[in-house]
Formats: sequence, C-alpha cells, structure tokens
Amino acid sequence: MRAMARGMGTLVLALLVAADALAADPILSPGFRFSEQTGEALYTNVCQACHMANGEGATGAGRYPSLVKNPKLETGDYATYVVLHGQKAMPAVGRLMTDEQVATVVTYIRTHFGNDYKDPVRAEDVKKAR
Amino acid sequence: MPTDEPTATSRRDLLKLIGLTAGSAALYQAMTSLGYAAESGYKGPIKLEGDPKGASVLILGAGLAGMVAALELRHAGYKVKMLEFNNRAGGRNWSLRGGDSYTELGGATQKCEFDAGLYLNPGPWRIPYHHNGLLDYCKRLGVKLEPFQQLNHNAYLHSSKAFDGRPRRIREIKTDFQGHVSELLAKVTQKGQLDELVSREDREVLLQALRWWGVLDKDYAYKAGPLTAEFRGYARDPGGGLGGGLGAEPVPGEVIGLGDILQSRLWRGLSSFAAYEFQTTMFQPVGGMGRIGDAFAREVGDLITYNAKVTRIAQNEKSVTVAYEDTAHPGTTHEASADWCVCTIPLSILSQIEIQVGEPMLDAIAAVPYASSVKIGLQFKRRFWEEDEQIFGGISYTNLPIRQISYPSTDYNTTGKGVLLGCYTWNGANSFEFTAMTPQQRIEHALDQGMQIHPQYRREFETGISVAWHRSPFTLGCAGDWTDEARKQHYDSLCQIDGRIVLAGEHASYIPAWQEGAILSSLDAIGRLHKRVLQG
Repeated sequence: MRAMARGMGTLVLALLVAADALAADPILSPGFRFSEQTGEALYTNVCQACHMANGEGATGAGRYPSLVKNPKLETGDYATYVVLHGQKAMPAVGRLMTDEQVATVVTYIRTHFGNDYKDPVRAEDVKKAR
Repeated sequence: MPTDEPTATSRRDLLKLIGLTAGSAALYQAMTSLGYAAESGYKGPIKLEGDPKGASVLILGAGLAGMVAALELRHAGYKVKMLEFNNRAGGRNWSLRGGDSYTELGGATQKCEFDAGLYLNPGPWRIPYHHNGLLDYCKRLGVKLEPFQQLNHNAYLHSSKAFDGRPRRIREIKTDFQGHVSELLAKVTQKGQLDELVSREDREVLLQALRWWGVLDKDYAYKAGPLTAEFRGYARDPGGGLGGGLGAEPVPGEVIGLGDILQSRLWRGLSSFAAYEFQTTMFQPVGGMGRIGDAFAREVGDLITYNAKVTRIAQNEKSVTVAYEDTAHPGTTHEASADWCVCTIPLSILSQIEIQVGEPMLDAIAAVPYASSVKIGLQFKRRFWEEDEQIFGGISYTNLPIRQISYPSTDYNTTGKGVLLGCYTWNGANSFEFTAMTPQQRIEHALDQGMQIHPQYRREFETGISVAWHRSPFTLGCAGDWTDEARKQHYDSLCQIDGRIVLAGEHASYIPAWQEGAILSSLDAIGRLHKRVLQG
C-alpha cells in the first residue's frame, strides 16, 4: 500500500495511508506480559486472535463463541472470571494482564459488538476474582 | 567477597541439596543401566495377545495417536473405523508445501507458494533421540530420518538491547561465558574460599578441570589468544600459503567481557541446547515431518472417513454411537457405531462436544487450556545464511517477538533456495499478538525483525506462510497446557476408561506437545482397552 501511495505521489494520500496503517498496526509487547493499555488495543491484539475482529467468533471442529449481543456479558463477573481463569478452549490470558487491563478489556467487550452494559468492571473487582 | 553468616549457611544448604539431587540422579542412572527405568516408557512393539472376537472400535481423529491405535488394533483383529475432521490424515503431524492451501479460523486463506521440496512443519519439527516409540514407528514404516541441528555453534544469540543490536555467534558467548566463570571460580578456589566445601584433593582436580573447561591459561586467567581462539573462533581463520597477500596466520578475536555477557542476557539462549529434550542427536524425517503421517496413512488410510466433524459421542452398556457432520456437505448428519471408542480429539474441541462420560472425565476434559504457538515459514531466493554467514542448520535465538530463526537441516551447501522458520512463539503475549494479526501482517513483522539479524532478508525474500495454532480449525490451540495442579486433580480421570470410551493423544501424556506423548498415550490406552475387551 505504501508503495502505491508513493507511486501516485500525492502527499495527502500518503498521509492518509500512513495514518490508516498506524491505527491498524498490531502491537508486539516487549515482555512476556501484555503491554496494551486501552480496551481497543487489548481487544485487537489479544482477544481478536480467537474472537475475531468484530467479535463474531469462529467455528471449526469446535468454536470460539461470538461476543456479539452476548447475554452472558450482562454481568461483568462472568467475563472477568473467564479472562482470568480460562475456560475450556479459552486460555487464562488475564494472567498476563494487570487488574486494570482486565477491567479495561472486559468493559470494552461489554460496551462493543452490540453489547451495551453500562456498569464498568473495576480493577478492584478483578483483584477479588483472581 | 564478603559474605554474612546467613548467606553462607544457605549456600551450604543449597550445595547439600545439590548433593542429594546428584545422588538420586546417580541412582537413576544406575537403574537405567540395569534396565529398570527405561527412557520414554516405550517397551517395543505392543503385543495385543488374545482374540477380540470381532469386536469393533471407532477411532476419533486420524493424527498420530489415532493412527497408531488403528494400526495396532486392526493388527490384533479388531474391526476398526476412523473419523477425521480434516480432509487429510496426520493432524498436527503436518508439512505445508508448495501448492497446499490453508484456511485458518476467521477465513483467511493462504496459498503456500514454496518451491518443490521446500516446506514448513507448522507443528512438531524435531525428534529427540530418546523418543523411542516414535523412532520405532519411523523404522517400521520406513520413514527415513536425517539429523536435525538443534545446536549450531555458528548460529547467533541476539538481543536488540545488547551489543548495539548486533548478533553474536553462539560459540563466542558460550566459550567466553564459560571462560570467565571458570576464571572466577578458580580465583575463589585458590584463595581458599571453597575450603569448607571442597576437599583438598578435589580442589586440585577442580582447578585442573576449570582450566580445561574454561580454556584458562597457566595462571588461571581467561584471555584472548591462540588458545581461546581454538574454541571461540578467530578474527581471521588460519589460512594457507601466503593467504593471498594478507597473511595465512590465524588472528584470535577479542573476548567479550563478563559484564557485557551478563548484562546482555544472551546466556539465556545457552540453556536451549542443554535441556534433555534438545540434546543431540535430534532427528527430522527427510522431506518434512508430515512424512510420518503419510506413512501411517498408507497403512490405515482405508479406514478413515474424512471431513467428519464429530458432534455427539454417546454410549450405553453395549456400544458407542458417534454423530458427525459431513463438512463437505454441510448440514448432513451421520452416525457411526462400534463396541468401543478411542477418542483422540483435542480437549479444546472435545470439551465442546456432548460426550456421555462420567463427571470426573468431563471435568478433566474441561480442565486443560491449550498453549498458544505461531510458526512462520519464509522462502528466500538463496541460502544466504550458508553462503554469507556459514550457518548450516541450527537455531538463532533472539529477544525479539519472533524468538528464533531456524535454518534448514537439509540440502546443505547447495545453490538453491531455502525456507527458514522465521518465527516460533510459545505462549506469552507475543504469541497471542501474532495470532491476532492477518497472515500478511505476521510475515511483515517476521521480516522486519529478522532483518535485525540478517540484513539480507528483504532483498532475498520471496514468499511466506504462517500457522497460528489458536486459529487452527482442527485443534483450536497448539497442545495441552497442563499445570501441575490440574494434573494432580484430573490427569488420572482423563486417562481412565469410561465405560466403552478411552481418550488418547499428547494431552493424555506427560510429554505434552510431543509426538511421543501421543504415541505412548495411544499404546497405553489400547493396551488397557484390549484387556477390558478380553475380560468380556
């Protein structure tokens, strides 16, 4: 894409493409634990691995559940528990996150993909559930 | 080296502890040589004696565990049928070659465009010499093996945070680290500071050993020079004649300071070669790991129904009935029945399938998360690692997210192309992050990072392919990731025969993620099942 923008030689387009690439650029954490801080960054670099870009999940021999309008997200406790402790095919990714990160990403999921649960999960809730 | 009393005490305790451990290791060694404790638990070809009287077995999954069971049970007189989700046999025993295409969960399809003869082993890729079961099946099925280079002294250890990001040869780090540590220990020994721990006679031998092991000079110093160069390599290798006018005489390089090595953390990479699982000799099948699955499929392929997605596993006192969907014709459900069932479906999937077993096995099935792993294969126009850097096989380790670069252990010193393993993650943040990317992004990142070790990357790159195991439709993860706690609680329940069903696979072994685990688990499961069948 960058080569194409250069070829067309318009600065504006190049900037737009660069900005687009930046927003979509994946993050690779410098250590063993996740370094992403925002809900969006945590979702797109961690959860998206299985639950996919729009929370739609996926199906093969088994499946990754869709998060879209998912009634199981009504309470923050359930999602928090699953992120922290894993469940069946789901690894305990929360072990590689701080309480704040878990709270942030669970809150993100509960307010995106057609979910609209307004009560945020807080770091202290996560701490208790560890 | 001032030490206060508590530290000195705890250090003694530690050494006592090591003494105890050494004692039990010595005992174990003695037992092994007497034949009491065999490596890997494989005791030669399984003997399933006695007539099963036409009993039938349905095997779920045509990976190594399933195909071992099929081969042996049919041989013992059982009527065997197999169901397999994929349209090929082998499971995680798999090589991706030019012309193959792979669709991961989420729908991204990659076409493998490698040249003929080149491949990526997305799953297992090396075989320890003590994986006797797997080696025996390779021998019996005529799978030709070649050495897999785990340790190549001329490969690199690299950290983006050390030596200005320049990679160092393994031989340099290994020799210099060993040399400096030996020098330190020799100094301490000479000052009498080990007198409490080492007897007078042993002290003399220890000093001799440190000179040998650490390549120290007569004053027990580790220094750059012709002696150390014999181990760590030269700034200019010995040549012939007049050396083309530059001189043929060898020139030793500078040694790397202890502080630099310590702070670089490159010493971490050295343990990758020391572990029992990675010691020489390691093997790989000639032509790719998938050759083993191919060989098994030649034996039992006629028993396999492909594209069969298991949806329910039911049993009663007389039989097992399995419902499955033919994924080539979505929506069509079929049933298969048999007297017994060997189920090798990964737990990540089995935990989502309705299966009629008792509570303890159900709990066990749900208790094992699957490890995250990503592999990326990169094809280059020429074997620059051999031509420019004299790296023939082996692995370079790095602190970058790709973690390692493995050079092909085959076709050495040829002029053709080659495929590098350009990324191999195992758990940790980066493994999930690589999985979350598109296949194209994975390759871009692998190239960017690889460039820091091999600047030739971009110029020579042709095509690549990646497998992120959590996106694998047939496993939903790489391998059973047991914790000690979960094992204690659930392992036995997982392995017990439940009614007419027994589970097998790497997840039902103490060698998870290794093919040997799948084979030993399968042999153990069918051995017990056969006994049960004969009991009537």
